[in-house]
Amino acid sequence: MPHLANIYRLGIKELWSLARDPMMLVLIAYTFTVSIYVAATAMPETLHKAPIAIVDEDASPLSARIASAFYPPRFDPPAMISLSAIDAGMDAGTYTFVLDIPPDFQRDVLAGRAPTIQLNVDATRMSQAFTGSSFVQQIVLGEVTTFMQGHRGSVALPVELALRNRFNPNLEQSWFGALMELINNVTLLSIILTGAALIREREHGTIEHLLAMPVTPAEIMLAKVWSMGLVVLLAAGVAMVFVVQGLLRIPIEGSLALFLVAAALHLFATTSLGIFMATLARSMPQFGMLAVLILLPLQLLSGNATPRESMPELVQDVMLAAPTTHFVTAAQAILYRGADLEVVWPPFLALAAIGAVFFGIALSRFRRTISAMA
Amino acid sequence: MAPVASQDAGAIAHPDAHPALDSVGNPAANPVGNSVANSAAHSVANPVASLVGVGLRYGKVVALDDITLDIPAGRMVGLLGPDGVGKSSLLALLSGARAIQQGQVQALGGDMASARHRGRVCPRISYMPQGLGKNLYPTLSIEENLQFFGRLFGHPAAERRRRIDALTASTGLTSFLSRPAGKLSGGMKQKLGLCCALIHDPDLLILDEPTTGVDPLARSQFWDLIKAIRVEQTGMSVIVATAYMDEAQGFDWLVAMDAGRVLATGTPAELLERTGTDSLDAAFIALLPEDRRRGHRAVTIPPLAAGVDAEIAIEAEDLSMRFGDFVAVDHVNLAIRRGEIFGFIGSNGCGKSTTMKMLTGLLPASAGRAALFGQTVDPKDIATRRRVGYMSQAFSLYSELSVRQNLVLHARLFQVPETEIPARVDEMVQRFGLADSIDALPGTLPLGIRQRLSLAVAMVHRPELLILDEPTSGVDPIARDSLWQLMIDLARQDRVTIFISTHFMNEAARCDRISLMHAGRVLVTDAPAELVRQRGAATLEAAFIGYLEDAGARGETAKATPSAPAASSARSVPAPTPHARRHLFSPGRAWSYALRETLELKRDPMRATMALLGSALLMFVFGYGISLDVEDLSYAVLDRDQTGLSRNYTLNLSGSRYFVERPPILDDRDLDRRMRAGQLALAIEIPHGFARDIARGHSVQIGAWVDGAMPVRAETVRGYVQGMHQGWLLEQAKHRLGQDAASGPNALPASIATRFRYNPDVRSLPAMVPAVIPMLLLMIPAMLTALAVVREKELGSIINLYVTPVTRSEFLLGKQLPYIVLAMLNFALLTLLAVTVFGVPLKGSLLALTAAALLFVTFSTGFGLFASTFTRSQIAALFVTIIGTIIPAIQFSGMLNPVSSLEGVGYLIGQVYPAAHFLTITRGVFNKALGFTGLEASFWPLALAVPVILTLSILLLKKQER
Repeated sequence: MPHLANIYRLGIKELWSLARDPMMLVLIAYTFTVSIYVAATAMPETLHKAPIAIVDEDASPLSARIASAFYPPRFDPPAMISLSAIDAGMDAGTYTFVLDIPPDFQRDVLAGRAPTIQLNVDATRMSQAFTGSSFVQQIVLGEVTTFMQGHRGSVALPVELALRNRFNPNLEQSWFGALMELINNVTLLSIILTGAALIREREHGTIEHLLAMPVTPAEIMLAKVWSMGLVVLLAAGVAMVFVVQGLLRIPIEGSLALFLVAAALHLFATTSLGIFMATLARSMPQFGMLAVLILLPLQLLSGNATPRESMPELVQDVMLAAPTTHFVTAAQAILYRGADLEVVWPPFLALAAIGAVFFGIALSRFRRTISAMA
Repeated sequence: MAPVASQDAGAIAHPDAHPALDSVGNPAANPVGNSVANSAAHSVANPVASLVGVGLRYGKVVALDDITLDIPAGRMVGLLGPDGVGKSSLLALLSGARAIQQGQVQALGGDMASARHRGRVCPRISYMPQGLGKNLYPTLSIEENLQFFGRLFGHPAAERRRRIDALTASTGLTSFLSRPAGKLSGGMKQKLGLCCALIHDPDLLILDEPTTGVDPLARSQFWDLIKAIRVEQTGMSVIVATAYMDEAQGFDWLVAMDAGRVLATGTPAELLERTGTDSLDAAFIALLPEDRRRGHRAVTIPPLAAGVDAEIAIEAEDLSMRFGDFVAVDHVNLAIRRGEIFGFIGSNGCGKSTTMKMLTGLLPASAGRAALFGQTVDPKDIATRRRVGYMSQAFSLYSELSVRQNLVLHARLFQVPETEIPARVDEMVQRFGLADSIDALPGTLPLGIRQRLSLAVAMVHRPELLILDEPTSGVDPIARDSLWQLMIDLARQDRVTIFISTHFMNEAARCDRISLMHAGRVLVTDAPAELVRQRGAATLEAAFIGYLEDAGARGETAKATPSAPAASSARSVPAPTPHARRHLFSPGRAWSYALRETLELKRDPMRATMALLGSALLMFVFGYGISLDVEDLSYAVLDRDQTGLSRNYTLNLSGSRYFVERPPILDDRDLDRRMRAGQLALAIEIPHGFARDIARGHSVQIGAWVDGAMPVRAETVRGYVQGMHQGWLLEQAKHRLGQDAASGPNALPASIATRFRYNPDVRSLPAMVPAVIPMLLLMIPAMLTALAVVREKELGSIINLYVTPVTRSEFLLGKQLPYIVLAMLNFALLTLLAVTVFGVPLKGSLLALTAAALLFVTFSTGFGLFASTFTRSQIAALFVTIIGTIIPAIQFSGMLNPVSSLEGVGYLIGQVYPAAHFLTITRGVFNKALGFTGLEASFWPLALAVPVILTLSILLLKKQER
């Protein structure tokens, strides 16, 4: 039975060691302030400053009207290029979109011949290719229609579609970018703080000293989990209040407290994971490799970077075992959609279960390898 | 070593009193060197090195305080004093390993502050730092270590072979050439260190505590070896730091140091005469200033009251420990009575520490039984641990807690009742004299006080048994005596059993009984005096050597005799003159580091394996996992109309491959709840009277709610829904009005033909696979090199950069080379996987792609080195590398969003950071069938990034320690 007082005291000791390591404090401060700010403000709107070029073979009032309809922030001011420059520009990735307005376009439109404009899209830039091409279509058709209204009467559509965005009315990417970065950094920091710190203690021999005292491995582990978890939790809370809400002025729909509970559950799992990784790696270089191999999928496949439902079934299923997946689900529901516990209990339960399993595995491994550490 | 003949009076050195210049003779002109002695403390004609007003600080700690000293050439000079008095700092300055802060240091006829002079003379100086095998590479074999140093000094292969054979023959290492340095005994490590130091025929050999922690036999062999070498190489000057006063007896000339100052210089005989003492130990104490000596008294040991208490405190029966096929402890039997001071004597690595760990339950024994107080040791038995105090060999206090915090924490962990803790801590502070430093951090305290604190910490819970693993190593004689007095009081007054290990023979003599240990076995156990008597030896040390020889320890060094001819032949060929090409980049030296790094990589195959297999695995995961197609979106309908027309509208959606229909929404609450839970990406609301109103020609509004939490997804959903809505309207128009939509009023006036280029099906895979390659080739190579330099800093072998002719660029580029090769292998593997497994055709020029990859991995390995050069700890280097690669790789490289669309700092990072440019090239070659032409714009920044990061790393790396 772990002794609560020991867990508390050992945890305090962990906090002292962190407090006296200025380099780590600077890095923690950086990841929860500058890094979040940069990531949030760098994230483009879904379609932001999309580079577009126009080949105007028509040179008519209509084609000029179309060209003038593309302006920032959605599009870069269009580059007017010649037909022969299309390939080079697209090959070099200078333009994602090239619109080719054919000769006699205006005349054909007015004659009701419904001419065709060619839109070239660089489909390797998938995120822009999709939304961008539909935007370009809407803009071009809108301009042509308005142009036509001057010439023919308009007919109102009988059914209107009222599209509304919930939770982020203007679809501002910075909301998403800030939270994505925060979640990534919570994961990154908790794993490194516990894992690398354990390896360092092992290399410096203080683990051995601890083991000669009347404390159990479970107490040592729990002390690390609560202390490092608390540090990251506090940093995340501060970042939410001062950077996300304060500096970036991102409105939070739901309860910050509930989000922090989710983060705490998540930290329970990731700190255990960090310790587990430290028992696998024999040296700091090995730990570094392991950290890269584990952190990358944890961050990229959690549904934090791209939507989960678009991933293959297998990946979706495997990632159910990762705490980040559930944390992302819960965090998005709470922060954006104002969900309460009634709604988010399933990811909470999943986080607690994953945390318990990770902790159990890490503890048994920790117990087994502890003699090799000394 | 022959005792020094001359008895000229030496002068006690005072920093402020410069003695008269009264030099006699010229040692450099005298090839034998030790027959005539110079006596005046500071003035030695033609000194090999001289210091004027030298000071050195580490932060607030003064290591050297205004030292002025001339060191005679061609002699065996001893730097005498305990740890922490500045001996090592002085040697590091002399060798050029550490930058000079204050004063002047001259060595071999030039100013050591001048980089040019250092470069010129460093091939003539050899420096062996403190610590067993500190500048050796533990995973490399003896042969490989020697080859490495030989290459550093530019010897051709045949010359290296000859020198290595000669040196290993004279040191008796020939039969162990393939054994890794990390697996050698302490004595052998030091011999190897000496071989590495001698491989380039130095004129000045600097040895920092070469025999600390080495068993007496190996120690005497080591000095025999030095003696033989000096006979051969008469011109060579040797400067040795030592804490063993008995060793210093045989040196030509001594410098006694304390607290960063020189106490006295002169021959051993002079020092004895001047202080009127008969041993250097006593002479040293006599030389100390009055206030340091105060309170010192000779250690007195009351005899152990025999027979009063026969209770056995520690018992070991056939205790054994194996690590693989290596037997660390071999059937050890012990029985230690309560209240006894029991000593464990032996060299480093003989099994002392392992035995102690088994007795405390830290290590489970492979075989045999260990018992404390009659109970078998059980690692899970917490109760027994409370009766034991353990002080491990490594400095194990928490350096981030103050002295008081350390004491309180330990008291609490041992469950001393909270009310008793203040009194207990006070008692410890009193008893161990810690009052002055109660709020200091242990790291700032002198070693002697730190060890007292360690002992206090081990005693705070009043254990009945103390297990102390080399508690006095590195502590000065006075502090050592006071520590012993404390231990003796504990044993005799408090009846605490003390089990102590040491390699100091005079300490061993103070124990009630000792065990001599060698190679995992206890050779003999008895009272020290009894051992000397049985052996008929003069001293305990001689007795120990006798026992060691009986045990066959000689065997290890049996072939070590015919040293002279071998060594002289090593000398006969002149070393290549390094002067001429000092300023040039030497490929040979870089190659030497490259080979060394390759060997180390080979010895830890886990890392290379993880790098290759891991990146292949990640490529699978991301290639298939990260999908930018937005599909299978969940939607549900709140159909308030429930007519054929409303169902027709929703059918339009459910037929789409982009959407997956969920059970209908019941009401507003249901809609809200399901959207908040993130179950629906889209909710459609069809109002009451939808069909009726359309029929009447009233305008109708369909509500569509899009989950905006993920803006990219939301935009896509909007696009799909709008498209579908338009389609439905056209359909309806055609249907209901019977009109041909193409010519009706709703017909589109123009159409747009969208050509998705390079990836006509707009599939994620062909777009993602080329994007994953830059990410993996950035993170993994950077992580491989990230610890390359900082690890050498933490482990000590960085000293080879400081004191050998290798330049910073040779060092870094040499280290980088094997990782570039590994990263290119990785690149080949990833490209192969992309083409074969993922079926993403490589349409453009493979040559261009390979060239770009080479530039890029040179950058990414360079980035790892960069992170490694300015950080001090491995953990910080790791952190900097992860933060410096993962964020730009994922967010600012154009993998998810094109760089041109980024904003602010992110845009700048994307423009400058080479990942984005390499991404343009991989996509250009894979998807767009491009080659060098068409991608020049991306090659330039990539080519520029390489010299920038390498130059930064070289500038940030220091050629001297500061």
